Amino acid sequence: MRVRKLLLSLVASACVLSPITVTQAAEAEQFFPMLVYRTGPYAAGGSGFFGGIEDYYTLLNLRDGGIGDVKLTYEECETAYNSDRGVECYERLKSKGPTGATVVQPLSTGITYRLIERATADKIPVMSMGYGRTDASDGRVFPWIFPIVTNYWSQNTAKIKYIGMKEGGMDKLKGKKIANLYHESSYGKETIPVLDNQAEKYGFEVKHYPVPHPGLDQKATWLQMARQYKPDWVILRGWGVMNPTALKEAQRVGFPAKKIVGVWWSGAEEDVIPAGKAAVGYVAAGFHPSGADFPVIQEILDKVHGAGKGNISPQRVGTIYYNRGLIAGIITAEAMRTAQKKFGTGKSITGEQMRWGMENLNISAARIKELGAESLMSPVKVSCFDHEGGGAVKFQEWDGKKWNVITDWIPTDQGIVRPMVETSAANYAKEKDIKMRSGKDSYGSDCTVTS
Amino acid sequence: MLYREAGQFKTTYAADQAIFPILQDRWVFWGFLIIAFVVPPLTGSQYVMGPILTQLLVFGLAALGLNLLTGYAGQISLGTGGFMAVGAYACYNFALRVPELPLVVDIMLGGVCAALVGIVFGLPSLRIKGFYLAVATLAAQFFLTWIFDHVGWFTNYDPAGVASAPSRTLLGSWAEEGGPLGFLAPINVLVSGPRATPETKYLVTLAIIVVLALLAKNMVRSSTGRAWMAIRDMDIAAEIIGIWPLRTKLLAFAVSSFYCGVAGALYVFTYVGNADTEAFDLARSFQILFMVIIGGLGSILGSFLGAAFIVLLPVVLNITAATLGEGTLSSDTLSNLELIIFGGAIIFFLIVEPNGFARLWQIGKEKLRLWPFPH
Repeated sequence: MRVRKLLLSLVASACVLSPITVTQAAEAEQFFPMLVYRTGPYAAGGSGFFGGIEDYYTLLNLRDGGIGDVKLTYEECETAYNSDRGVECYERLKSKGPTGATVVQPLSTGITYRLIERATADKIPVMSMGYGRTDASDGRVFPWIFPIVTNYWSQNTAKIKYIGMKEGGMDKLKGKKIANLYHESSYGKETIPVLDNQAEKYGFEVKHYPVPHPGLDQKATWLQMARQYKPDWVILRGWGVMNPTALKEAQRVGFPAKKIVGVWWSGAEEDVIPAGKAAVGYVAAGFHPSGADFPVIQEILDKVHGAGKGNISPQRVGTIYYNRGLIAGIITAEAMRTAQKKFGTGKSITGEQMRWGMENLNISAARIKELGAESLMSPVKVSCFDHEGGGAVKFQEWDGKKWNVITDWIPTDQGIVRPMVETSAANYAKEKDIKMRSGKDSYGSDCTVTS
Repeated sequence: MLYREAGQFKTTYAADQAIFPILQDRWVFWGFLIIAFVVPPLTGSQYVMGPILTQLLVFGLAALGLNLLTGYAGQISLGTGGFMAVGAYACYNFALRVPELPLVVDIMLGGVCAALVGIVFGLPSLRIKGFYLAVATLAAQFFLTWIFDHVGWFTNYDPAGVASAPSRTLLGSWAEEGGPLGFLAPINVLVSGPRATPETKYLVTLAIIVVLALLAKNMVRSSTGRAWMAIRDMDIAAEIIGIWPLRTKLLAFAVSSFYCGVAGALYVFTYVGNADTEAFDLARSFQILFMVIIGGLGSILGSFLGAAFIVLLPVVLNITAATLGEGTLSSDTLSNLELIIFGGAIIFFLIVEPNGFARLWQIGKEKLRLWPFPH
């Protein structure tokens, strides 16, 4: 009897609720799928990043009523950084909203790889900001994939430049030994070719040490690396719990933290705080600083968190991952604005229109200032030829309490990266029988400009 | 009342040996099969056919493979992920380097390669048993994924080690427009790659799995299966009654690895579209072992039920939690809720029925035969 009553009331409430959802959908909306991961070994990154994006969308909705009279909506789907779940979430969310998914941000190189062909076939752009498939920077082969800001290989050249700087010049790199401690996944393996290439160019020696997922077991690797190989520098290409573990192991075998250079997925508060004192002096790359002293973040704290609508605990606002998500939000919103300028405001844009917006995105320094994000991010200019948008890298040092930026923007070495990207993309095009875009193409982009 | 076999007499040996001796079972089975082939393509939902059904079928097949080895032949293996990887990469290389081959042949060749590798890693089973064998097969898991990670040839020198399924047709390039068998072109549909329709992918997967499951069912009812079970129950006794352990155990490893290999190949070609060794790591081996344990050791149906539990329940929980908890609970809580309920469900089912879903199904059937009169 009770069960029947419960069922009846459920049905009744569903009937009452459904007309409301219908009327709400009448307003113009833009739907963004969120492939979050708030559980699993990489939850620190996933929750911070998506908290940042969602807070920014919420700010735009509360302050401006969305973008160009279109409200931003999103739905989360938990992937736990698992590629199978990522595909499932993508398929679940891709056709929601009035025009389907606008842009997908998987925040996982593995999931990005899984989605490249799917999204291309579905005409949904993939924005893999600072991760994913490096050779997708060649937009002529990968029209739908945007490794915006800086790809892995570019970042890596900046890292070698930083090491060269510390050694007193790039010529001093000759004969030095660098160990590449990498997460054994598609993410980790991505930089092996570019490191080998640079080793040849600058005359240093590089040895690659894989660490199996999730990276809690590194004792043997560090013993072998620090005691037998004795590298001058260690590049930490870690992710999630692998990072603090690496720093602790380094301390145990007596390898100085200041000789470890992390990639930007190894350089957040969550990566160093668990390592305690072992992390003091550790240096990591980043394409943005941490901290909440930026007008846009203050506005979020005030308007979003002040109204109790924050998507993350306010203590984590301004951490590295949060700021990274915020930048992803800014770039997405600006791309949508760009698309609206061409295709009109007040209505939902499609994935194809969003793709145009991303390919013609140009966020100048003046615009960044206008957005209240000055010195939080570097300018981005995307084109058909270059889906990376040419960012630069800053290095920051952990002092035990916070990250301090210790260098200016270090430009990447496109002289090394670009030819490798083009060769690799051309191989992909050949394998997959893709015709490279050239000239004014059917998407309405100009692929002749090569800078 | 409905489920009563009164009046069904078996007059031939064939009828006596049928897979489903009860008429109602046959109806249900055929009905189910027709629904499986017809309804999902009619709905046209890519979500239902792709991540839900194809994934379920692929992992069900892998669980079936492991079930043949562990449930029927009694050899515990933790190398399932490795054998799936062999099937996946072998199929990838055949498809990439010999485009003339029909994709179905590629997939089967992937299975054959996995079977050969399975025989090699099955050799220790002649000397060691139980948990010790599990550890020996662990070597297969690590060795095989290591090979695919470090030998670039297997992934066609992809910088990230990702094997991306090329677009291949059901009958191979010869049967395409303009080829020597060009007259077959109209039925030569694209099965893999981004341009293949989800319907084709689903139907091809389903067809392969129906055939393989039927084979498996008959195998375990034949002398092969009986020999496996004899070895499982007491290998010394089996040897005394004339079963040759070397042949029987290695055959179990070969057949099991073949199934896992085909599952790996299907995972890459009809489900995800590409794969790296992350997809075939130790966690995958454990996942499949759990499917077998929860589904029921020594049961074909159990393999698929276990796969459904492990693969689909988290998704269902996630969708339910997201729909019901929208706005009331924080996203963090919702994400963790799924893990809590899923973990609870595993414990609950193992306490209620330690022999798995297949046993639960059997009990249900027996109860139904008596229903509504319990005596």
